[in-house]
Parts: sequence; structure tokens; C-alpha cells
Amino acid sequence: MIAPSLAPCLTVVRPGLFATIQDLGRFGHQELGMPVAGALDPIGLRLANALVGNPAGTAGVEIALLGPALKVEADGVRVAVVGPMALSLEREGQSPQPLESHRSHTLARGDVLKLGAVTGAAVAYLAVAGGFALEPFLGSLSTYVRAGIGPLGGKPLGDGTRLPLNRNDAPPGADVELPEPPDYGGGPVRVVLGPQEDRFTAAAVDTFLSAGYRVGKDADRMGLRLDGPTLAHTGSADIPSDGLVTGSIQVPGNGQPILLLNDHQTAGGYAKIATVISADLPRVGRLSPGGALSFRAVTVEEAEAIRRRQEQTIAAWVRAIRPVRPAGGVDLEALYTENLVSGVVDIVNGNGDILNQEQMCGRAP
Amino acid sequence: MDVRFTTAGDTAFNVEFGEGIDRPTNARVMALHARLKSAAPPGLVETVPTFRSLQVVYDPIATSRREVQAAVEAELAHADEAPAAGALWRLPVCYDPDLGPDLVELSASLGLSAERLIALHGSTEYFVYMLGFMPGFAYMGDLPAELEKPRRSEPRVRVPAGSVATAGRLTTVYPWESPGGWHLIGRCPVPLYDGSRPSPVLLAAGDRVRFEAVDRARFDALSAEAAAGRFDPDTLRATP
Repeated sequence: MIAPSLAPCLTVVRPGLFATIQDLGRFGHQELGMPVAGALDPIGLRLANALVGNPAGTAGVEIALLGPALKVEADGVRVAVVGPMALSLEREGQSPQPLESHRSHTLARGDVLKLGAVTGAAVAYLAVAGGFALEPFLGSLSTYVRAGIGPLGGKPLGDGTRLPLNRNDAPPGADVELPEPPDYGGGPVRVVLGPQEDRFTAAAVDTFLSAGYRVGKDADRMGLRLDGPTLAHTGSADIPSDGLVTGSIQVPGNGQPILLLNDHQTAGGYAKIATVISADLPRVGRLSPGGALSFRAVTVEEAEAIRRRQEQTIAAWVRAIRPVRPAGGVDLEALYTENLVSGVVDIVNGNGDILNQEQMCGRAP
Repeated sequence: MDVRFTTAGDTAFNVEFGEGIDRPTNARVMALHARLKSAAPPGLVETVPTFRSLQVVYDPIATSRREVQAAVEAELAHADEAPAAGALWRLPVCYDPDLGPDLVELSASLGLSAERLIALHGSTEYFVYMLGFMPGFAYMGDLPAELEKPRRSEPRVRVPAGSVATAGRLTTVYPWESPGGWHLIGRCPVPLYDGSRPSPVLLAAGDRVRFEAVDRARFDALSAEAAAGRFDPDTLRATP
């Protein structure tokens, strides 16, 4: 048995503001009232895992606002960040150097990985090759902070928190990169009306599908309060509590919609006008206070087809991951791959609508 | 009997059996929940029972609404039989005004003595309609009609864990410290949620509950046992 002080880990030397361990969610226990939780932007987590050779659903660190600084207490630890976050490396005897996101980096014992501000989106993800040697709870490593459920006592990373590493599962390999950051698409957020659209006036449904909304200041992992035109119910806003999903848009008696995110309760008693389609959940999960959004209705069949196409796109992004290009020189193979990927992106967006691509990606110009 | 399907995006839909909160409607929800659990059609993620509807969650990559709804309709054709009776629990409650700060005011507003309110609350076998709000939060009914009172107009910011409470025709035990708008009439000393148990949530939808009054000394003793991790929740199971 290795003494705990020698066990391979990342140690938090500065906690940042709100970093939690998340995987793709704790499904299967909602009948107990157990929220699903999980990554707000599952595309970001999946791509970060792909960059370090992990299965897509391996738990990583979801970082909001300002990231932590992590000291590497193991040899050759491969990490990757996906999302709009500055990062840098402090290595003994060297001046601090900025690191790129959307690629892997192999860190040495004693290195300090400093994760900075998350700007242009609500969250970014850090994945570590092999994942964390933490005990799953009810089959998941997702953290539900409100009830202290999940790894690390269900709390965000704190000063001195040790993140034990699963070295046995760490796939070996050279550092790799995504040719470009993921494109989350733009335009109106697509919804399927219901389950209780019949509880709203026809004018309210029209308003909901035509007006612009902004994310209000009450925005967290549980949901986004939306500022914009109020939506009138035909009668009471209250229904016998029924099931909620991530993406449910519930409207309490004051008529102000609330878009529920991953830490939503399993059931709720307000009428729900519409549900964000699963393909657009990563987009809304990345919204921060002040973010603008509008809604467009699609059918369930359309939503399912959009999601299947999106999965093909994500698979193409993962296939396009390539060894980090040496500095200088033209890499013909990489150019070819980029074109291929761009082609797939066009298919997904259908209309080449990349209106908000820069904002949605939060990519530095 | 008619059921209504309502849509919750491309990952879930609801099977609605009625509009109200009543046992026959909920029994149909629980019967379908049990049948789908054992049938486990491909791509089904989970089903979530609520008062009058079952939420069916599926993976749109593995299956489709059309396929899952067809599987649900096939099960509905056989789901008339009553679901198996759930476990019966005897939960201790200390109805001390210090532990149930609304006891005096609530009984006065209902025109009852506190003693009568306590007797009525303990007179009924309750049914767990559903869980929600927080992990392990059980919506139980039906409260005797004499005790019916809507939620407080001003919810509390902090309700202590273990608080036994009523609202409308429902009663509950708060498993966690949380905000809450129900009337607090007592406190249960044993945890309804314990993450160290293999099954962390004590009560399941479909279970039955009887409340048994205990005095303050017994409450304190049970609280101490629970805090020390020495309380075996299986002792609360009523023998049939």
C-alpha cells in the first residue's frame, strides 16, 4: 500500500471559485428524488476526455468563473482543457508559460497547472488521463452540491483538496490536439413545446417563440431565470408535481420562465411551456447571466434527427484529433482533416448558420 | 381507460393517468412503473413516478420516442393489476412545540387542540405517492380532512432535517435541512436519507407509513443513536 502522501494525485493549491467533479450524470435514481446533475456542457467534457484517451463519460473537473491551481504529484500526467479558459504552467526553474486549451499536455511531477478565468461561456472542463480514483456514488461521480452528494463530500474543490489519479487506466500516448474548438452552432435555441403548453394562452406561446430573452442574474447549475416578456397561463400556474428534465422551461405564477439545468429537482409543480432539445443542452449549459437567447419550436422527430446528426459530428471531431503539429511547416494531412471536419459541420448546421459561433465558442479572436 | 401522452423534449415523455392526487390514479402510475422496470425496453433510461403521471426517460441515440411509446403502450395493455404493496414503516415523531414550531398555531387555526391534531396525524396509515424536491423527500397522503391547510404564505428559509410537516392533504418528513413552506408539527429522530447506507433513501414510492408519537427523552436517545451511526433503520419496518 502506498502511503497517502505518495499516492499519485493533483493537489489544489488555490481553489478557484467553483470547480466540481462531474461526469455525464447520475441517471437511474430519480424515483428517489435524486437529481441527475452531471456536466452542463457534455460536449466539452466528452472532447476533453477524448484528448487524453479516456472513455467519453469519465469524470472530469467542471470549472465555472475562475479555475483552480493544481500541483502535480505524479509522473507524466496527461491533461486537457476544453472551453474558454486561460491556463498556464509553472515549472520549477522556468518562467511561467501559457498553455493552449483544446489539446493535451503532459505534466511533470512538481508542475503547477494554473487554470484561470472562464470567459465567454459558463463552464470549461479539465480531463486527466485515466480519470480520478474516486468512489462513485450510485454509479456516478457527478457532484450535487446542494445536498452534498458525490465525491469529495459533494463539495466543490477546496484549498488542499487532493484529487487521486487512476494511473492504471491512464492510456499512454503522445500529446494530441483538436484541429479547432467545437462549434456549438447558433440561432434560436430549439425546443419541443410541452408538456403543458396547453396551460398557456396562444398569445403566450407566440411570445415565447418570437421574443428575445436574457439570462438573469439568478443562474446556477440548477437553472437559469430568464428576463423577458412574461407568459400568461390560461388558469393557475400550478399543476400536480410531475417529472422534470434538463431543459424543461417552467413558468411560475409571475410568468417569468426558468430554464432548468442539470441540478434541477426531479419533479416540480409549475406548468412547463416547452423543453430544450437534447442537442441544444450543451449550448444552454454554457450560458451566463446576460446571455441572449430566443426559441424556435421543432417536433420530437426533428429533435431526434438533429441529435443523431450532432453525435455524428462529435464522432468526426474525435476522429480528427491529431498529434500536436510541430512548430513551423505545413501539415497537409491536417489540412485535409480540417476540411473534412468543416464539411461535417456544414451538414449539421444545415444552413451554415454560424451567427453566434464566436460567442458560443468563446474562442479568443 | 384513457391515458394521455405529453412530451418533454426528445429525451422524455409523460404518461398521464388523470389530473388529481388520489390512490387509484397513482396505483396505475406505479403499476406501469413496475412493468417497465422489468420489461426494460432497449434505450429506456429510467421511469420516474409522480402523483398522476409516469415520466419515461429514454436515450434518443439508442432508440426513439416512437419505439419507446410503442413499448409503453404494450405494457399499458397489461398494467391494470394492482402493484405489489410497498413496505410499511413505523416512524417515531416527537410532537414537541420546540421541535414542531407550527404545532400550536396550526392546531389553533384548524380549531383543534394540539393533542387532537397529534392524535389525528397519528391515526392514519399514509401512502408514499412520490419522491421529489430533494433526495428522499416523500409526498405522503392522505392527511385527515380536519388537518387540511394550504402551505404557509411565507416559506421558511431553513427547515431543520427531520421536521415532520403538513401541507394540503399531504404530510412529509424533511430529509435534509432546506427551505420549505410546510407546517412543522414535530421531528423524526431517524434519518430518512443516509448516504452511507447501500440504499440511501429510506422510503420508496408505494411504501406506507405510520407515525408513532415518542416523548422528548426517547427522541433524544434515538437522535443520539442515529448520530453515532448505531441506528438500524430496518427496526422501523413493521412486521406484516
